[in-house]
Amino acid sequence: MLYSDAFRMSEHQTFLFPHRHLLGIEGLSRPDIETLLELADKAVEVSRQVEKKRATLRGRTQINLFFEPSTRTQSSFELAGKRLGADVMNMSVASSSVKKGETLIDTAMTLNAMRPDIIVVRHHAAGAVHLLARKVDCSVINAGDGAHEHPTQALLDALTIRRNKGRIEGLTVAICGDVLHSRVARSNIILLQALGARVRCVGPSTLLPEGIEQFGVETFTNMRKGLQDADIVMMLRLQRERMNGSFVPSVKEYFRFYGLDAEKLSWAKPDALVMHPGPMNRGVEIDSGVADGARSLIREQVEMGVAVRMAVLEALAQHLPNDGGHR
Amino acid sequence: MSAFLPPQLFHNARIVDPATERDERGGVLVRAGLIVDVGPHLMAGSGPDGTQEHDCGGHVLAPGLVDLRAFVGEPGAEHRETLKTASEAAAAGGVTTVVCMPETNPPIDEPAIVDFVLRRARDTAIVHVHPAAALTKELAGRELTEIGLLQEAGAVAFTDGTRAVTNAQVLRRAMTYARDFDALIINHVEDPDLVGDGVMNEGARASLLGLHGIPREAETVVLERDIRLARLTGARYHAALVSCADSVEIVRRAKDSGLKATCGVSINNLTLNEIDIGDYRTFLRLSPPLRDEDDRQAVIAALAEGVIDVIVSDHNPQDVETKRLPFSEAANGALGLETLLSAGLRLVEAGQVTLPRLLHALSTRPAQLIGVPGGQLSAGKPADLIIVDIDFPYVVDKLKLHSKSKNSPFDEARLTGRVLKTFIAGRLVYAYDEQ
Repeated sequence: MLYSDAFRMSEHQTFLFPHRHLLGIEGLSRPDIETLLELADKAVEVSRQVEKKRATLRGRTQINLFFEPSTRTQSSFELAGKRLGADVMNMSVASSSVKKGETLIDTAMTLNAMRPDIIVVRHHAAGAVHLLARKVDCSVINAGDGAHEHPTQALLDALTIRRNKGRIEGLTVAICGDVLHSRVARSNIILLQALGARVRCVGPSTLLPEGIEQFGVETFTNMRKGLQDADIVMMLRLQRERMNGSFVPSVKEYFRFYGLDAEKLSWAKPDALVMHPGPMNRGVEIDSGVADGARSLIREQVEMGVAVRMAVLEALAQHLPNDGGHR
Repeated sequence: MSAFLPPQLFHNARIVDPATERDERGGVLVRAGLIVDVGPHLMAGSGPDGTQEHDCGGHVLAPGLVDLRAFVGEPGAEHRETLKTASEAAAAGGVTTVVCMPETNPPIDEPAIVDFVLRRARDTAIVHVHPAAALTKELAGRELTEIGLLQEAGAVAFTDGTRAVTNAQVLRRAMTYARDFDALIINHVEDPDLVGDGVMNEGARASLLGLHGIPREAETVVLERDIRLARLTGARYHAALVSCADSVEIVRRAKDSGLKATCGVSINNLTLNEIDIGDYRTFLRLSPPLRDEDDRQAVIAALAEGVIDVIVSDHNPQDVETKRLPFSEAANGALGLETLLSAGLRLVEAGQVTLPRLLHALSTRPAQLIGVPGGQLSAGKPADLIIVDIDFPYVVDKLKLHSKSKNSPFDEARLTGRVLKTFIAGRLVYAYDEQ
């Protein structure tokens, strides 16, 4: 028996995940998503043990290539890789070679020459991760590209919902706030609909993308109507530069009409749960009382983040060259 | 207090209700500040016991006027006009609801200023006053104001007053945002770059006077753009002032295609033309400028037809400091509240517009646009009423005007028809005194 089999999270490799990269939720089938969620459930167990280390990625190199600063996503991927035994290197490119004029492709080719097995990429431009994936030989995970996709966030949100509600099928999920600029919203819309949830987008029209109804979501510009009968209220972060008159007039007005406080939460179902991808702007899109309250899943989302990333790494590891092989 | 007033019967009147086109002899019964009955059966002695009777002397009894565009100097320029003096001028002109523009100092761009204006108006004004709030912060055309909070505070429309929002992206976002609150956006359709140094209508007259002209395209370019953005966003859009035939065509086309956009016209552009500027009369320096006679006839026809929705006074008090200057250096603006109806009646007298149509554009339609209950003579509506002698000839004397400023474009003009009495919720706030 190969040592790696003994240390996989799934005792027998019974799952099938037919993708070399994870570039987005789009393109994943419902079974693909369910496979990842089941692996992630197991990873939660692994992470809750004293001995958290597995050997799935032993001898593998994982590079976290972040063109945009990130604390939680980067550390979550780092921890996930380390728990599976990979050698993890973090590269914050925002402050290094890109400033010196190196292009995205140059950076990718340079890293590729170092023979990594997995590259986790975040970039401020939509589509940048896809471009990079076409140029390198290893597996690529999208950790967020512009306002396009953030697949591991959607997976961790789904895992959190499933573990708390027991299902996703048939739930009504209200995604509220700055949908226009949110990659989290796009990935969630695709994933939650694939698993049978009803998805709504709620926010001022200036923050709702044109034509989003064509994705099959319902849109609301009024929180009272948008939250009615919702099982899950998912708040999105409003970037500071969009608060003062460009997309919304002011923080005060935004909080008054769209910030989630106890009163607005009371418009949703009595057992509705609150989520936020973080980092939160307290007093802008969410009130502290709600963020820290009994119905908040926000901290649990962080824990599920590590588990989901372990699951994704394990699933992609299937497609890495075998031990002892050469590339 | 009005709850304790006895019932009031306005009888022996020509009742003109522009909302229903009713125009017949009869009366109006009022109780507790509200109209309770209207019709030919309401004659002297027909009211309940204790009714207080007002004999209208056969004159016109109509809903008070609603003016969507008045500049008041409060706060910040109280030497030109206060809410009190503006409201007195309004009452004397038969205007029972005034929408004041946000170009004050400080501008009406936050809820506290809306609240201030409403409180001052409550304490000092004798007619209804509703503030229009700024559409962009500091009227600078860059950042949206708190449309939702301003609306909750009592703002009835959003506009940068005499300034056009020139940045199309800003206007698009404002329209998109305002739609969520069903807020009315009013834009001044005049491109400041095309206006440039212009001070009057571009053409032979300006050339003769040696003044820089303002092309009609300064208006049509902005109007065309705004209409397209209104279509894109679905916002409630109102072009503050149109002044020329080309603009009328743009609005007509938009309306024919089903767009809900509306527009207004200044009483000045309906009743005066560029020739009236004569010998550099700065009281006729206006924005938009007075156009030529063909344009004037075009806007009158558009009003008669309903392409133009509302008539505004564009009341803009200016003192000698800003008006007793060479034409090219003087400020824009003219008084309008007090002469609004008399000037408008010129069009009725000339047979170009019917009286109900004129009053519709002066009361019913503007009230609808800002969502206030005036402009109708029917049961349940507030008894904001005017009694008008439409045949009363007089010569305008600026010294007798109620405004603090005296820049009337109709000074020494002969007008026919004037307001005899004005009532707010059944209470007399103005009575014409022949002295």
